[in-house]
Amino acid sequence: MADSPMLQIRKLHARAGEARILRGIDLDIRAGEVHAIMGPNGSGKSTLAGVLAGRPGFEIESGELLFEGAELAALAPEERAREGIFLAFQYPASIPGVTNNYFLRASLNAIREQRGQEPLDAMDFLELAKQKMAQVEMPKELMSRAVNEGFSGGEKKRNEVLQMLLLEPRLAILDETDSGLDIDALRVLAQGVNALRGPGRALLVITHYQRLLDYIVPDFVHVLSEGRIVLSGGKELAHELEKKGYGWLEIAPGESGDSSEASAGSGAQP
Amino acid sequence: MNRRERAEALLLAHCEAAAQHTPPALRAAQDAGCAVFAAQGLPGVQLEEWRYSSTAPIADFALSALADSDSAAPGASAPIPNSICEVPAAFRDMARPLAASAPALLGALVDVKEHPFAALNAALLQDGLHLRIPAGRELAEPLRLLLPAARGLSNPRIVIEAEPGSRAVVVQEHPAPGAAEHFCNAVTEVQLGAGADMHYVLLQRGNGLLVCNLAVRQERDSHFASHTLTLGGPFVRNDLSLSLAGSGASCEMNGLCIAFGGLLDNHTAVDHAMPQCTSRQLYKGVLGGSARGVFRGRVRVRPGAQQSDAQQSNPNLLLADSAEMDSKPQLEIHADDVKCSHGASMGRLDDEALFYLQSRGLGANAARAMLVRGFAGEMLDALPASLGPILPNFSAQLRECIESALAAEAAQ
Ligand SMILES: Nc1ncnc2c1ncn2[C@@H]1O[C@H](COP(=O)(O)OP(=O)(O)OP(=O)(O)O)[C@@H](O)[C@H]1O
Ligand SMILES: [Mg+2]
Repeated sequence: MADSPMLQIRKLHARAGEARILRGIDLDIRAGEVHAIMGPNGSGKSTLAGVLAGRPGFEIESGELLFEGAELAALAPEERAREGIFLAFQYPASIPGVTNNYFLRASLNAIREQRGQEPLDAMDFLELAKQKMAQVEMPKELMSRAVNEGFSGGEKKRNEVLQMLLLEPRLAILDETDSGLDIDALRVLAQGVNALRGPGRALLVITHYQRLLDYIVPDFVHVLSEGRIVLSGGKELAHELEKKGYGWLEIAPGESGDSSEASAGSGAQP
Repeated sequence: MNRRERAEALLLAHCEAAAQHTPPALRAAQDAGCAVFAAQGLPGVQLEEWRYSSTAPIADFALSALADSDSAAPGASAPIPNSICEVPAAFRDMARPLAASAPALLGALVDVKEHPFAALNAALLQDGLHLRIPAGRELAEPLRLLLPAARGLSNPRIVIEAEPGSRAVVVQEHPAPGAAEHFCNAVTEVQLGAGADMHYVLLQRGNGLLVCNLAVRQERDSHFASHTLTLGGPFVRNDLSLSLAGSGASCEMNGLCIAFGGLLDNHTAVDHAMPQCTSRQLYKGVLGGSARGVFRGRVRVRPGAQQSDAQQSNPNLLLADSAEMDSKPQLEIHADDVKCSHGASMGRLDDEALFYLQSRGLGANAARAMLVRGFAGEMLDALPASLGPILPNFSAQLRECIESALAAEAAQ
C-alpha cells in the first residue's frame, strides 16, 4: 500500500436533498502533496470538503471515497477526525458557554486516545497550546472565551489553524481559510499551515485567491465547476486563473451530471 | 370519594394527628394552615396557578405511603417529622428551633390561602429552623442546610432573618432520597434587612416528589440572588416570591432545570413595591425524553414604584420531540417610568455546532453533552465563588446526569 494514494475519490456524486451538487469528482491525493481547489462560487468546493469530513445532509449517490484504503462513507465525522482528517471550516460554528480551552483539550484528548496516547492534563495542554498559539499569533484571551463566540472573522480563522496545529491531522482540508484575512494574518497563518507540511501529511487547500498559493505552494491546482473538476494543472494554473478568470474555460452545462465532455481533463493526476 | 378526596382525607387526618403534638408557640400557625387545607385541599388543574401541574402524583403518594399508617386512629399517629436539618457548628449561635422562638416572621411572607402546599406545611408544623444573622455580620463560608433524605413525608420549615448589612450564602440542599417514596414539602421565609446581601441556593436533585416555597422580603438597598438548580425528579414545583419592599433593592432569580422525564414547574413572582428596584430573572431549561417543564414568571410593578427595572428571560433547550415546555410571563405594570422586558425561547441543539465538535473528534454524545453544558454553564458561573467546595460535586453530578441521559436517549 506504500504508494497508493492517501485519499482516493472516484466518480463521486453527492447531493443535498434534491440538489445534485457533486457530479463525478475524480481526485487522488498522496501523502506529502498539497492540492489546491479553485472554482466559481457555488461550484461545490465546500460540499466536497463537507463530504470528506462527514457533514450531515449530504448523500453520496455513487462513486468511491477511500482514505488510506478504507471507505470513508461508513465513518461518523468523529471517526474520520480520529483517523486524521481535519476540516478548517469556511464558516466555523460558535459554541456558547464552552471555553475554547476546554473544547480544544477535549478534542485533542479524543484524538490522542485514538492514537493510544495518554490524555493531556490541563497544565500540559496549556503548555502545548501556548506554543501553537504563538505560531499563529493568537492572543491568549481567546482561549478563555467561548469557542468562536464573538470572534472576528480573522480570529475564527486563526482558531481553525490553531486546532489544525494541535490535532496534527494527516489530511487537512482548508476551506477558504484565507478569506477575510488581512495581509499579515494571511502570511502568519500560511506559515502555520506550512509548519505542518511533511512527507506523511497532505493538504487540500480551497481558495479563491492565488495570493494564498504564493505562501502555501501547491503541487497541483484543480478547477471545480458545477460539481466536476474541469481542469487540473501545476501551480502556474493559479496565476492563469487569477489573470483570466473562469470565463475562458468552456465549462460544459451541467445538465447531465456525469457526461465527460468537459474541455479540460478529468482531474486525475497529471 | 375519588382518589384525590381520599388522599386529602388521609393528609388531613395526619394534620389533625400532628396537632396533638404541636408546641404551643406554633399552634396558631398550625391551626390556620389546617383550616385552609381542610377547606381547599390539594390544588386542582382548574386553578390557573396549577394548570400545567397535576398534583395526582402527590395524591398517589399519600394513598400509598400514608394509607397503611394509623389514619383510622389519628391520635395514636406519630408526629410528622419536620426534618430539621443539622446546622453546621460554625453557625449554631445563630440558629434556634422554631418551636422555641416562634418569630413573628413565621407565616408572614407566605399567604397560605394562595399557596395550598404552604397551608399543608403549616398544618403539619411541629418545629423548624429559625436563623438570625446578626447585623453587619458576614458569614465566612456558605451555610449549608442539608435536608434529610427521609422516607415518607417531610415538612421542612425555615425562617431566616438577615439583619441589616449582613452578608451570607445559604444552600438549601435536597438530596436524592434513594428509591424510597418521598414527598418533601418545604417552606422557607427570608427577610433581608437594609443593605443585606444574600445568595440563596436551592439544590434539588431528587427522585422524590418535591414542593418548595421560598418567599423573600427585601428592605432598602438589599441584594438577593436565588439559584434554583434542579436535576430531574418526577415532580418538582417551586414557588419563589420576592417582595422588593424598600427602594434600591435588587434581586437576581436564576434557575436551571435539567430533566429527561417528570414535571418541573417553576413559578416566580416578583413584586416591585417601591421605586428604583431591579429584578433579573433568568431561568434555563434543558428538557429531554418525556420531561415537561413549566415556567411562569409574574412581575408586578405597583403604582408609585417608578424607575423599576425588571427583566425576565426563559431560554429552553428541547432535546427530544416528546419533551415539552410551557412558558408564560405575566406582567402587571402600574407605574409609567419603568423598564420591563421578558422573553422566552425554545431551541434545539445546533446541528452546525454538533458537526463542528464531532469533526474535532468528539463522539456524538460527548458533543451533545458539551453543548448542553455550554447552555447550562452560565447558571453555574453565576453562583458565588465561595461555593467552591460544594460545587465540583454538583457539577460532576450535572455532567453525569446529562451524559447518562443523552446516552440512554441515543440508545433508544
Ligand atoms: N444543503 C443544501 N441544500 C441545497 N443546496 C445546497 C446545499 N448545500 C449546498 N448547496 C448548493 O450547492 C452548491 C455548491 O455549494 P458549495 O457551498 O459547495 O459551493 P462553494 O464552491 O463552496 O462556493 P463558495 O465559493 O461560494 O464558497 C450551491 O449552489 C449551494 O447553494
Ligand atoms: Mg465554499
